[in-house]
This record gives sequence, structure tokens and C-alpha cells, in this order.
Amino acid sequence: MGGLVLHGVTAGYRNRKVIEGFDLPPVPPGTLLGLIGPNAAGKSTLLRAVAGLGKIQAGSITLDGTELPALTPARRAALVGYLPQTLPTPSPLVAYEAVLSACRAVRGDLSPAQAESAIAHAFERLGISALALRRMSELSGGQRQMVGLAQVMVRDPRLLLLDEPTSALDLRWQLSVVEAVRNAVRASGAIGIIAIHDINLAIRACDQVAVLSRGRLLAAGSPGDVVTPGVLAESFGVEARVEACSQGVPVVLVDRALV
Amino acid sequence: MSDGTLAQRAPAAATPSLATGYAGFVRKRIIMLSLLAVALVLALLADIATGPAQLSLGTVVSGIFDPASLPRPIQVILWNVRLPYAIMAVLVGASLGLAGAEMQTVLNNPLASPFTLGVSAAATLGASLVIVMGLAPFGVPQHIAVPVGAFAFAAGASVLVQGLARLRGTGVDSVVLFGIALVFALNAAVALLQFVADAETLQQIVFWGMGSLARSSWPKIAVVAVVLAVCLPFSMLQVWKMTALRAGEAQAESLGIDTNRLRLVVMLRASLLAATAVAFVGTIGFVGLVGPHMARLLLGEDHRFFLPGAALAGAVVLSLASIASKMLVPGLIIPVGIVTSLVGVPLFLALLFGRGRG
Repeated sequence: MGGLVLHGVTAGYRNRKVIEGFDLPPVPPGTLLGLIGPNAAGKSTLLRAVAGLGKIQAGSITLDGTELPALTPARRAALVGYLPQTLPTPSPLVAYEAVLSACRAVRGDLSPAQAESAIAHAFERLGISALALRRMSELSGGQRQMVGLAQVMVRDPRLLLLDEPTSALDLRWQLSVVEAVRNAVRASGAIGIIAIHDINLAIRACDQVAVLSRGRLLAAGSPGDVVTPGVLAESFGVEARVEACSQGVPVVLVDRALV
Repeated sequence: MSDGTLAQRAPAAATPSLATGYAGFVRKRIIMLSLLAVALVLALLADIATGPAQLSLGTVVSGIFDPASLPRPIQVILWNVRLPYAIMAVLVGASLGLAGAEMQTVLNNPLASPFTLGVSAAATLGASLVIVMGLAPFGVPQHIAVPVGAFAFAAGASVLVQGLARLRGTGVDSVVLFGIALVFALNAAVALLQFVADAETLQQIVFWGMGSLARSSWPKIAVVAVVLAVCLPFSMLQVWKMTALRAGEAQAESLGIDTNRLRLVVMLRASLLAATAVAFVGTIGFVGLVGPHMARLLLGEDHRFFLPGAALAGAVVLSLASIASKMLVPGLIIPVGIVTSLVGVPLFLALLFGRGRG
């Protein structure tokens, strides 16, 4: 079976299940899926579970028919690229080296020349080639976040899991990063899952949206179908309107918090 | 939108330029590493030449390659005194520098070093115990029993710190805190031993704690050299993982690197290096801390260059300290452990200020 399928996934901490019996309808190749939901809904836990960080307690996660939890960490890292929510350390490493080490640690199959061109391509895709030869300690938080994303993109994984990749970025870079990810996913037929707080950005950029609430899936499907006042009220506890902007794209306007 | 056009605009033109730009960095680092190696050779030769009986550099070089060419007394000075001291300084400096660099990387803490993590203090306690109790198990002479005791305690302390940190859970910072707490406990135990020891034993303990190259001999040098020669290749096998770790722990984990395992393996290896080094020469502080910092300032943190650089820098610092230990008071060799800080601190500050200007 192609694509990503989650069935009955239970994961969390030792004593507390954050997500329990989680099912996700099949996500076909070439899809960018936006994961939205309030704080502590289980978005990060879900991404970490799929990435294989921390054992899942039950359930199955298959990518193109391969059971991901059964793979060794090295094999899984070759298929799955995960961008943690934490920003990369402001170390004296040059940005190029951070991406190079990510490439060398996972893609031992690449020759030095292939690695070089993969790295250049990753920086180029994100439009941050100008940062490549600067020390991480000299970069802003948002710039380091993009270097972190380049560390994921350079590996050209079949599944990209990005935990709030735009949290430290300004408006322009939010848009260009999300679109760079979408283009990469479409071009290679990979699957991208992106946990994101900005619902309007998710509506614009993602092919599908999944709404999480308290560790379970509230709704999943195309952004227009899923993002409704009812879903927003139930998941986020807000009274909101979904209106069409002057270009016909749905826009969420939040009026007040429900008590 | 912005990305689509960017990506189409210049992939071919950008590909060589970025790699070429980075190749410039690599070239600079190779040159810097070579300069460090040259500095080490010069320091080593100067160290051999320095002493109460002044030998010229020419005498030193010809004496090394053709011992028979020298008069017998000079031969003895060169081969039995100067060379063991000088080579031990290089090996111990390199071991401590490498150990400190690896510890700082996996603990993500610039204050981590064999000294701050209790390895040196534990070695002192082990040595003191052997000295005080006059232990000679199985008829082993004291000049062997003391380093064995020092090594056993140093290795034990490392395992203890690791064990406590694992028991407590994930926190990396807790390793350094445990180490510092351990230093206090170990120092108190050594003080207690000193308090109960008689005058002659007390003198021996205090002298051991100062750290001195005067205990060097060829068999001891061989042990330190073998441990370093075994550990360094294993370190170099893990340079990519350690570099990836410096970009962020969560990032490294997402690359499929088992960071807990990496940390344990690296810490045990660094502890072995440090424990072996201090077991023979006693407490030599600062080298394990300043060596890595010098390497970081000169070479950055790509571990392909950082680790050998830290070993070279540690060796240079201890060689210079060894020279100074013979020159500060004419006719007297001051324990090198005292001198490392005296030489190392100004060197370190000069580097820090130099970098600030650049």
C-alpha cells in the first residue's frame, strides 16, 4: 500500500498516554499535510512517534508498506526526516558543516561530489545560500531554524516531519519555507507533515489538514472541508468565522475565546 | 512562489560556488592544523634542549637520530631525562586535550574537562590511598601500585558519574553537576588522608597532587602512548556523529543517532584517556580545558579538525609548560601542574582577546 498509514497508534510518556489509538486515513505520496490543533493536543508526540523517537506503545505506522517502527534507527533516518521544534544550537559550527554532518551521518551512500551538490541544492531550495558559510552562533533564531530545515531537506527523505518549522520566522520566510517544502514534496513524490499554529498559512499551503484535539483526530481532509467554525470551536475553544478573502481563499477570523 | 523561481534560477551556478567557498574553510583549517603540528615539534625540541645542562638544538637533533655521536654523559641526560620528560608532556597534553574536547562536546558544556568531572581528583585519592596504606599487593612495587590505584579510582569516578546521571534520567547538565559535587567529596577524602598521614607520607601525597613529569619513564610513556593510539582512531570514527550533535541534540536524534549511547561511549573513552594520563603524572589541570578551547577558536567545531586540533593544542600547552617549569627558577624544576595554569591562562586570554579583535 502506498503512502503513509497510521493505525491505532498509542504514544506518550512513561505514565501518560498523550495520543491513544490514533488512526490517520492514508496520506498519498506528493501530499503536504498540515497538522493543527491547540497546545498539548499531541502534535509533537505524534510526529515524534512517526519519526521513531521514543517507542510507540501500540499500533502500526507504515510508509509505502514498510512498517517504520520495525526499522533500525539508521534505516528509518534514511526514509524519514524529522525537524524537531527545538532550534539548532548556536554553536561555532559553520551552517554548511551542520548540513554536511547531517548528510554524512545519514547518507553514507553519497560520494563527496554528490553530497556537495545535495547540500548546495538544499540551501538553494530554501533560499539561504548566503548563510551557508556563517557560524551558527552568528545567525538569528529564525536563520538557524532554516539551517535545521536544510539538515532535513539535504537527506531527501520520503517522509518529512516538521514540527513548527515556521515558529521563529517572519512573514516572508514563513511563506517561502512552507512553499519550498510543498514544492519539494510535489517534485519528489514524498510526503510532508507539518505541525503549524498559523491556520491561515496551513489553509493556503497544505493539500490536506488534520485537526487534533486532546490526543485524537477531530477531522481530516482538504482545508476547505475541515476548517469550519464548528471544528475550530471544538478543538481550540474559540468562536471563529471562515470567510473568503478577495482572492477567494478561505481565511479564519477569530472573534473570541469560548469559556 | 519565491522558492520556485529561486530554485529554477541558478542551481548550476550555485552548486560549485558553495562547495568552493567551503573548500576555502577546509584549506584554512588544514593550514592551521599544520601550524599547530609545527609549533608542537618546535616546542618539543625546545623542551628537550632546556634544562640545567644546556643542549643546543643541533646536539638534540643529532643525539636523537644518532645517539652514538654524543659523549656518554650527554647521551644519558638526553635519553634518560630529557626525552622521557618531553615526550610524556606531549602525550599527556594530547590525551587531556582530546579527552576534554570529547567531554565538552557530548556534555554540551564548555566547562567540562577531566579536571572538573572529578577524574583528576579521584586519581589523587587513589594514589594517596596507596601511599598512605603503603600498599604493595602481590609484591608490586609502589612506583607501579600508585598509578594503578590512581587509574582505578579515576576510572571508577567516571563510571560513578555516568551511572548517577543515567539513574537520574536524561539531563546532560546533571553530569557536570555530579562531577563537581564529586570533586568536593574526593578533595575532602584526600584532605582527611593528609590529616592522618605522617610527615613523610604527607609530603609524598602533596607532591603527587601537584602533577609532575619527573615520574616519566619509557614503560610509562609506552602505556600512555598505546592508550592514545587506540582511542584516537575510535574518536575519529565518530567525528560526524559528534559534529551532528553540536548542531543540536534533538537534530542529532532525528538523524538516527543514539545520543545516549554516543555520550556513554565517548565519556568512557575520554575517561580512559584522562585516567591513564593523570595516573602517571598526577594532577595537571587546565590543559584538558584550554586545549579544546584553543582548538575551537582556531579551527571551529567540525570534529574532523577540532579533535586532532584539541590534542595538538593540549600537547603544545603542556610542552610549553614543561619548558617554563625548568626556566622559572634556575636550577629547579617546578612541578608542571603548577605551571600549566601560569602558562595556559595568559595564552588563553591572548587567544580570546585576539579573536575579539578579528
